[in-house]
Amino acid sequence: MTARMDRKFADVASEGRPVLVTYFMGGDPDFETSLSIMKALPKAGADVIELGMPFSDPMADGPAIQLAGQRSLKGGQTLAKTLEIARRFREEDQRTPIVLMGYYNPIYIYGVDRFLTAALDAGIDGLIVVDLPPEMDDELCIPALQKGISFIRLATPTTDDRRLPKVLENTSGFVYYVSMNGITGSALPDPSLIAGAVERIKTHTKLPVCVGFGVKTAEHARAIGASADGVVVGTAIVNQIASSLTEEGKATDATVPGVEALVRGLSAGVRSARLAAAE
Amino acid sequence: MNEAPKLNSFRAGPDEDGRFGIFGGRFVAETLMPLILDLQDEWDKAKNDPAFKAELDNLGAHYIGRPSPLYFAERLTAELGGAKIYFKREELNHTGSHKINNCIGQILLAKRMGKTRIIAETGAGQHGVASATVAARFGLPCVVYMGATDVERQAPNVFRMKLLGAEVKPVTAGNGTLKDAMNEALRDWVTNVDNTYYLIGTAAGPHPYPEMVRDFQAVIGQEAKDQMLAAEGRLPDLVVAAVGGGSNAIGIFHSFLDDEDVKIVGVEAGGKGLEGDEHCASITAGSPGVLHGNRTYLLQDGDGQIKEGHSISAGLDYPGIGPEHSWLNDVGRVEYVPIMDHEALEAFQVLTRLEGIIPALEPSHALAEVIKRAPKMGKDEIILMNLSGRGDKDIFTVGKILGMGL
Repeated sequence: MTARMDRKFADVASEGRPVLVTYFMGGDPDFETSLSIMKALPKAGADVIELGMPFSDPMADGPAIQLAGQRSLKGGQTLAKTLEIARRFREEDQRTPIVLMGYYNPIYIYGVDRFLTAALDAGIDGLIVVDLPPEMDDELCIPALQKGISFIRLATPTTDDRRLPKVLENTSGFVYYVSMNGITGSALPDPSLIAGAVERIKTHTKLPVCVGFGVKTAEHARAIGASADGVVVGTAIVNQIASSLTEEGKATDATVPGVEALVRGLSAGVRSARLAAAE
Repeated sequence: MNEAPKLNSFRAGPDEDGRFGIFGGRFVAETLMPLILDLQDEWDKAKNDPAFKAELDNLGAHYIGRPSPLYFAERLTAELGGAKIYFKREELNHTGSHKINNCIGQILLAKRMGKTRIIAETGAGQHGVASATVAARFGLPCVVYMGATDVERQAPNVFRMKLLGAEVKPVTAGNGTLKDAMNEALRDWVTNVDNTYYLIGTAAGPHPYPEMVRDFQAVIGQEAKDQMLAAEGRLPDLVVAAVGGGSNAIGIFHSFLDDEDVKIVGVEAGGKGLEGDEHCASITAGSPGVLHGNRTYLLQDGDGQIKEGHSISAGLDYPGIGPEHSWLNDVGRVEYVPIMDHEALEAFQVLTRLEGIIPALEPSHALAEVIKRAPKMGKDEIILMNLSGRGDKDIFTVGKILGMGL
């Protein structure tokens, strides 16, 4: 549903702060723990949730998210189960937008129409599908938009002014600016460069611009949030989960609280972001 | 979306979006899209540039050793007692396989684009060696991603790459084979977009790679056709090649696609049999899906997760296949069949003893199919097989299986 996403961004903007977008991998390390993590995220201050769909060959992801996907798949996670996590979450929370993030093949094999129907039913608001550039919009983007599900596109440093209009054409919900060329989990580049890039994108679109890749700490979130409409944190959360697991990769009592504590800190970071910008 | 290219020719594809029917396309992260579009621009210019063609031909003749011979395998033919068997001797090329044809072409393109760093993925190591070779020849640094399992089973090629000055990075993710190496090369590319050229070794990946690699390899079929006409005054009745990603196969097939009297067979790695998961028969036992930038036949489970596959031959150990092969299968122009590990191993020994040629395990799969078919064909019929690589790299693997100490 695009409306829930738009409302959330408008509400948060009226608070004068950037949106905190949090990513975790569905089914990591198991279905129930993953559902508990998802339920804990809004309570800890997350505004939007990106729910990762595991894929065997995550070509744009660094080691942390690759391993999270492997743990999830090893635990028997499937696309249907990831949708089920969202559906169970939605029973208790009707306000937090959920964005499914992953790769195209599991969706293609599930069947695009069947997937979109199931996603709507599960309360999904948007999709990020890493390996579907604008050139491939007929595959999933257009059908999703027709059903009222946002298709969120990644813009990167290689997306120059010539290409930006094409990238933005069918984008809705928000624009996800990937702050560097590379895979997830790399180091954060200079915030002033990011601010310039965000401004450049904003000359092409009225959509909110969220920045991700490399945001790990409350301080990062604060620095990025000074210029961006939202901050995306993924690898840091996935690493937090990984560090709480047993040697066999099983959840412990520290798994969910660890994520809560991290997200609370990040949330404090974004909540002081505009104050920082005004200083 | 489902329109096939013009049906009066099987050689017209891909369309401008890089599609062969429903197959192919450009399924890549946005970071890579501008690079792929740049590459396509440069490729479109280069393929119509006489200077580019002249440089390619010159290096083909004096560096690779083209044209490669067409060889009549007299003793093998007599032994099988049926069709006349000819080999296109791509194993005699510099570096020992057809892979160099594509590498020379792409590195010339990389130079034109001003790229200063080459990356490549490799399975058997033949493409890695060919990439390291052209990188040395043109003075560019080269990083080769290779699955850790393959590093172990293809040790001689690893050493050759290192001698040639390339850095070989073992990839431990997944099963440590070609698929995992390709993932890692894509991650490198997405990180080093400004200076790096990704030299893909097979006729797969995002558009324009399948078309470009095919066109660089199509010289195999063009030469073979002329040579066959000179030797026999007519075209072969059957063309056979092994298919992993499918570059040697599409290279020899392409010139014959519109010759309707020529039957064409692609041989997939049947591994230990198609019943379980230990094979790499993407077309015979897989289904269409999206991986590594293109839609094509893949080995996958019901959730769209990619399987690992298995083959005795590292060069065929890939759970996908080039998109043009998927299309040629679906339109019925090429027949794809599996050959098991043990059949390839047997063929390897037959050729070694009867013709004094040690083939690589990849074309040994094609040869096993030839050995099955030739006796059932008439003595006046002709088989053309692409002998795509030599077997020096495989002697350790074969020695181990046959229990012969080295």
